[in-house]
Amino acid sequence: MAQASVTEARQSSWWHRNQQQLTPWLFLAPGILFFLFYVIFPIFQSFNLSLYEWDGLGQAEYVGLYNYEELYWDDAFYTSLKNNVIWLLLYLAAIPAGLFIALFLNQTVVGIRLYKSLFFFPFVISQVVVGLVFTWFYDPTFGILNVLLGAVGLPPMNVLGDENWVTVGIIVAGLWPQTAYCMILYLTGLNAVDPEQIEAGRLDGAKGWRMLWYIIVPQLRPATFIAFVVTIIGALRSFDLISVMTNGGPFGASRVLSFYMFEVALSEYGFRMGYGAAIAVVLFLIMLAFIAYFLWSMYKEEKAR
Amino acid sequence: MFPTPIERTSRSWQVTYQALLPLALILWLLPLIAVAIFSVKPDADFANANYWGWPSSFEGFTNYALVFTGSDMPQYLLNSFKITIPTVIGAVALSCMTGFALGIYKFRANIWIFFMFVAGNFVPFQILMVPVRDLTLQMGLYNTITGLVLFHIAFQTGFCTLFMRNFIRALPFELIEAARVEGIAEWKIFWYVVLPLMKPAIAALSVLIFTFIWNDYFWAVVLTQGVESQPVTAGITSFNAQYRAAYHLMSAGSIVAALPPVAMFFLMQRHFIAGLTLGAVK
Repeated sequence: MAQASVTEARQSSWWHRNQQQLTPWLFLAPGILFFLFYVIFPIFQSFNLSLYEWDGLGQAEYVGLYNYEELYWDDAFYTSLKNNVIWLLLYLAAIPAGLFIALFLNQTVVGIRLYKSLFFFPFVISQVVVGLVFTWFYDPTFGILNVLLGAVGLPPMNVLGDENWVTVGIIVAGLWPQTAYCMILYLTGLNAVDPEQIEAGRLDGAKGWRMLWYIIVPQLRPATFIAFVVTIIGALRSFDLISVMTNGGPFGASRVLSFYMFEVALSEYGFRMGYGAAIAVVLFLIMLAFIAYFLWSMYKEEKAR
Repeated sequence: MFPTPIERTSRSWQVTYQALLPLALILWLLPLIAVAIFSVKPDADFANANYWGWPSSFEGFTNYALVFTGSDMPQYLLNSFKITIPTVIGAVALSCMTGFALGIYKFRANIWIFFMFVAGNFVPFQILMVPVRDLTLQMGLYNTITGLVLFHIAFQTGFCTLFMRNFIRALPFELIEAARVEGIAEWKIFWYVVLPLMKPAIAALSVLIFTFIWNDYFWAVVLTQGVESQPVTAGITSFNAQYRAAYHLMSAGSIVAALPPVAMFFLMQRHFIAGLTLGAVK
């Protein structure tokens, strides 16, 4: 009896002494385990898998760097890579476009809150639906784009069927929700802009572009940073729109790495898991450059606190 | 433009601005307005090439009724709810805990664990695709709602942890210190002190994750197939195959598929925007 209470006291005091060190680990355990299992380990598995030739069912065969060598000679890979660069560059247009709309809506008039939320609407809708709608817009036989082109005397075009225009056409569809996203980031940022600085700038004779560039934009830095992060990640992740609008076509002209990988590994074109993994690794390394930069920026900010 | 409040501008600019607002909105939402009009048109309008004109008759009820009775849409919708709701609960619950641990306690690995979650959340899906699909197959969860939910919870925990940890960081730390001086157990601090303060963050994350998961297409295609387990995003594309050129039904279906997150957004707008813009203002 006495023995038992002594151990109990010892145990409770041990727990008592160490609970501040142990509690965070108990709280972290489920989240970390889950995340390691489903996100972190699979990354390494993909790296490993990219060294194998595997159809997803039978025995995987070790082929070393062969998949990468094949990628080096693969034209479709370069088309995808080129389109990824186009996505990255053109998608960034969402940032100034979002800023422009945010400035336009940043007034206090009757009903402006409803306007702001309606402008945000495209972001809430699934990209699958966005893709379908824009496909109808671009349709060569009945699309409204050609109706409009005809109205100003231009020849009709088949945007999604034209190798030179297809990627741009899809990006325009993607810019629609992405601009809405950037807009909302800037609207919130504008709320925090310091009115005194604006007054001071005005006294110094700044207005229009100068006011925007020297007074407003610097104060929107945090919003711009987040807008960059989400836009770049969004551009590199683009998959839904391509899959819905063109399925990579015509003749693979609208593929990007994320889509090509899926096509190689999991579609009627084949079940080449290892080759797909190699493409995924390349995409991952490109993304990693950005992720490292983002983390580095966050780290600097944490240190500055 | 912005720095000048509209009240301080000339009368004519004020009037112009008021007129520009609805015009700009209509232009901006033109794609949606088009689908909405498509969805109430009779089939005959498309056969007669009346694509972009006014509907010749209002067939909204017929079209929407057909989506619910003549297609698999109800099942897809149900699947979407079955996938989305548990994911929201699971990811938010897990990240309340991880966020608490990373936001309150100082220990050496703290920032590295935090960065692991942040980095993982930015990773391209394709690097996970083959192993996760294989894992799901091996666990016998391929083509099940459970399989999709488990992965979504795990992946979303990355973003949610980032969010929760930053939110908890901004709470007044004196509250926790005061509780510790009182000798309150650490888990009770979580449950009785921190968790009640996290309500706005929980609301914000819930709507956001709801929208993200509802709109997910990639994992739905990778981890499921067929009507029994696929969500509406995947459903609508097979709908597309089934009803090719039945634009009125496709439109009605798309609107039905898009409605739940839209409703969610309008009900919880403040939280939604607070969630998206966390960190955009300092």
